[in-house]
Amino acid sequence: MHFSEAWLREVVNPSIDTEKLVEQLTMAGLEVEGVEPAAADFSNIVVGEVVEIAPHPDADKLQVCKVSSGAEQLQIVCGARNVTVGMKVPLALIGAVLPGNFKIKKSKLRGVESFGMLCSDKELGMAESADGLMVLPADAPVGKDIRDYLELDDNIIEVDLTPNRADCLSLEGVAREVGLLNKIDCQFVKVAEAEIETNHSIPVSIEEADLCPVYLGRVIDGVDASSQTSLWMQERLRRAGLRSLGPVVDVTNYVLLELGQPLHAFDTEKLSGGITVRMGRDGEKLLLLNDQEIVLDKETLVIADESAPLALAGIMGGAGSAVSSSTTTIFLECAFFSPLAMMGKARKYGLHTDSSHRFERGVDPELQRRAIERATALLIEIAGGKAGEIIQTKSASGAAERREISLREERISRLLGVAIEPSEVEDIFCRLGMAVEKKENHWLITPPGFRFDIAIEADLIEELGRVYGYDRLPRRSLMMRSDLKSKPESLTELDRIRDLLVDRGYQEAITYSFVDEELQKKLTPTVEGIKLKNPLSSELSVMRTTLWAGLLRAAERNLNRQQARVQIFEAGLKFLPENGGIAQERYIAGLLTGSVSEEQWAEKLREANFYDIKSDVESILNLSGEGGDFRFEEAKHPALHPGQTAQIVDKEGLVVGWIGLLHPVLEKELGFDKQLFLFELKQSAISDYKIPSFQPLSKFPQVRRDIAVIVDEAISYGALRDCVIGLGNLAIKDLIVFDVYRGEGVESGLKSVALSLILQDSSKTLVDSDIDAIVSQALDALEKELDAKLRD
Amino acid sequence: MDKSLQEIVDQAVAQLAQVTDLKKVDEIRVQYLGKKGLFTQRMKTLGGLSAEERPAAGQAINDAKRSFQTELESRKEALLTAQLEEKLASEKIDVTLPGNGKRSGGIHPVTKTMRRISQIFASVGFEVAEGPEIEDDYHNFEALNIPAHHPARAMHDTFYFDEHTLLRTHTSPVQIRAMENSEPPFKVIAPGRVYRCDSDLTHTPMFHQVEGFLVDKDASFADLKGVIYEFLTLFFEKDIEVRFRPSYFPFTEPSAEVDIECVMCEGKGCRVCSHTGWLEVLGCGMIHPEVFKSVDIDGEKFTGFAFGMGVERLAMLRYGINDLRLFFENDLNFLRQFN
Repeated sequence: MHFSEAWLREVVNPSIDTEKLVEQLTMAGLEVEGVEPAAADFSNIVVGEVVEIAPHPDADKLQVCKVSSGAEQLQIVCGARNVTVGMKVPLALIGAVLPGNFKIKKSKLRGVESFGMLCSDKELGMAESADGLMVLPADAPVGKDIRDYLELDDNIIEVDLTPNRADCLSLEGVAREVGLLNKIDCQFVKVAEAEIETNHSIPVSIEEADLCPVYLGRVIDGVDASSQTSLWMQERLRRAGLRSLGPVVDVTNYVLLELGQPLHAFDTEKLSGGITVRMGRDGEKLLLLNDQEIVLDKETLVIADESAPLALAGIMGGAGSAVSSSTTTIFLECAFFSPLAMMGKARKYGLHTDSSHRFERGVDPELQRRAIERATALLIEIAGGKAGEIIQTKSASGAAERREISLREERISRLLGVAIEPSEVEDIFCRLGMAVEKKENHWLITPPGFRFDIAIEADLIEELGRVYGYDRLPRRSLMMRSDLKSKPESLTELDRIRDLLVDRGYQEAITYSFVDEELQKKLTPTVEGIKLKNPLSSELSVMRTTLWAGLLRAAERNLNRQQARVQIFEAGLKFLPENGGIAQERYIAGLLTGSVSEEQWAEKLREANFYDIKSDVESILNLSGEGGDFRFEEAKHPALHPGQTAQIVDKEGLVVGWIGLLHPVLEKELGFDKQLFLFELKQSAISDYKIPSFQPLSKFPQVRRDIAVIVDEAISYGALRDCVIGLGNLAIKDLIVFDVYRGEGVESGLKSVALSLILQDSSKTLVDSDIDAIVSQALDALEKELDAKLRD
Repeated sequence: MDKSLQEIVDQAVAQLAQVTDLKKVDEIRVQYLGKKGLFTQRMKTLGGLSAEERPAAGQAINDAKRSFQTELESRKEALLTAQLEEKLASEKIDVTLPGNGKRSGGIHPVTKTMRRISQIFASVGFEVAEGPEIEDDYHNFEALNIPAHHPARAMHDTFYFDEHTLLRTHTSPVQIRAMENSEPPFKVIAPGRVYRCDSDLTHTPMFHQVEGFLVDKDASFADLKGVIYEFLTLFFEKDIEVRFRPSYFPFTEPSAEVDIECVMCEGKGCRVCSHTGWLEVLGCGMIHPEVFKSVDIDGEKFTGFAFGMGVERLAMLRYGINDLRLFFENDLNFLRQFN
């Protein structure tokens, strides 16, 4: 909300400067977002009067005017089309400085001398745009300095109000707050009842008294809706960010700003019969003031006449009954709609208005009579007219009822951490306009009608703390009676995995959890991603079913920015539909492309391959303490190369991850020109760490026997290993593969695999005969099961 | 008569001085000490001497021999040293060439910041909790005292999947999830991703928050002020001005927004703090009675406070990052700056 500081000070004027005032408001919870001067810096501009206009001899678009500055008559060349004889207009004299440090000098325009300049609102820095000169009222005193005349030495204060402080959505509300903070009284505008000069009236009936507990209306006859709104009012509206739209709208807007009460005016000639406040009917249509046509339903409160709905109650009027410059009789409405009736209604129709903003948060239900009288008086002052009787309906079930709330002394110190003197407590609540009744150990406090936000004890304590001053409340170090926290050794934390990958050269990325649906379809075509109902764009429309989508985009970005290699990982949730619900599980995914390491001088660089990224995954798996229990099984994944893909299987046989080379077709489709290796692993698969259990060390020497076997290409190393380890011979401590060879000496379709058996017995030294027996046992099994022959 | 012993020694020394390799040194050794060596021959002549002369003559030969041996050893030593030095000199490398192998990577600045925040709170016994990112309306809003149509919902630009399912707009639902499943006291910190349907220069549709809360028999606003003040001092590693400003959140009361003196201009006023000298860094307050009610905790018996902060904002202030969008572009040139 924006308002003029000068206007505020007319109501309440503490002896503090603007800076202090602003700080005071902010520290009371009315956060000041900004303070701007009411007009930009300028000087030497006075009220001028155009006395004579003659065409310019050499320019069609220019005119030569004689303008009185009070002291003298000046010849001024002017290009504005709205210049007329007798018009009062801001006149920049020679020597004036306009906003932007634009100096006015004597000049010649197309050969005619000009001694100053006539100004528009925009040139004075009072508007964003202007379509002609600024027109001053006919009674503006010629020669008077414009800054004084328009009282421009003022600030526009912008306050960002929290939703609970509806009571401050008006100048009087802010003034009340300033008054109580400074312990001074406010001079609220005095409103007299209008004289009743017409018996013209319109019947009102309320069908929904719960939603509209208070409804006041009055006819005003003989209004001149074409008259000019007073300059002071226009200026206050402008400083609150509102444009002048004719006297009727200006007056309702002004009262809204001043008192916080929204009002609406109907053109009575456009009404048929009496006014009814009722629910909408399904399918009813209403064309609103903003030219938007809406279709009503039974949940929306409307103001209607006998034939049709006229307005969305408390939100916006209809175009059909709107006041125009030719309107002569209006029906002025001033109601209280309950916040419950208003909640979410404007939003439902895509609307948000000054009126709905206030009604949703709560308007003082005792304010309507004062507001309608204030608006009547202002309107008659500007546009004339005769007021009719106020028709008033007020239901007993109205929201006006305020209940007293009990506030315990002990509770104050328990919540705020300080005991505030009872006298100060009472003083603060009195200043807040609350009725205070002292009881034993507690008070009974009744908040005023405009404080919708005060309903429970905690609300009172917040008010107390706020006015007492948060900065005065003590600061205490936590007295911690802390138990030692359990930190199970068997839990591998995500941070450990992150650090491991970082140490292995990975850079952590964080990508959006929602991704491009098309890209994702290519990566996981068989999984239906969960779609956002209101995505920001199609690139961010579906929840990720793989972390690869984000990593691939990040790799693309970096490769396009001259990075030769990319090695990144991400840890985060992926979202999969599961039995009608949604599974949200944390995964760790990585991407590696380019050379295996940074470019270096000593060794020849080679491109990264499957086994490079596999060793990273193995390191992660080893964090579980049982890395060997995981298996890499040949498998197919739609995003990966069919010959370079493995699924990672845990000891229960569940697939917990994938690793492989991006499918060459996808590589091309996604615009990459190099191989990308990917992995993805479920965090839960490795979050359990097996607590080590000590095994005695053997005292006997360890021996190594190398063998090479020739097997069919189709036989994997894994199968060879399973076969040897599967023998269950306790003397076989380990099996190492140290070469895989194809080519000369080995028949095509076969390969030679060189294995090393690491042997050790826990009870004796293995002698040659023992060793030979073990080796031949292994060779026999390999031959029998896998047709592997010892290479000569 | 043959050469005197001294002459032999002198001759040997002269010979040794001329050789430059160890093989030659050995040849000289044989020439003098070998079976047919000059000293050996001399020893053989002792037999021709009288018993009286013999000891003195023998002694003289042995002295000469010893003096030759000393010369020989020292020459050998000198040559060995020279040889080693030559070898070492030939093995000299350029130590300024870079080391081999991979360079390590780094964690994302958001992770780095969340870790620091969590560690500070963990040091006083806060435990880390997590919650789902696809949340239900109840935990994200309803249970936090934000009923349907509450004006506060409008500030939360929510991503929806259907009427009841959404992307969490804050980490506060973790409060509800933690409290509905166990009994006070609580000291919990909940870092994580949150989502709002908003994207411009200063908003990304996904960002990170850290939520913290404490529930105990006697937690007060004074404790909250203490915790927040100490946290901010530790996080920024300096004694900064902190102010608590009344504000409004549906799930806390009293509520406060916390400003720190601008770390860019030290409170003098700059572009970053919109010339106010203050930066808003977190929101907090005493847990609202309605929230306690929704998780079935007796608000008469227990009190508590909660706070929430934006991780990217704190990271930007800590490291001087001037553009929020950089966090999610994952440009390596950006990420590596935080290694």
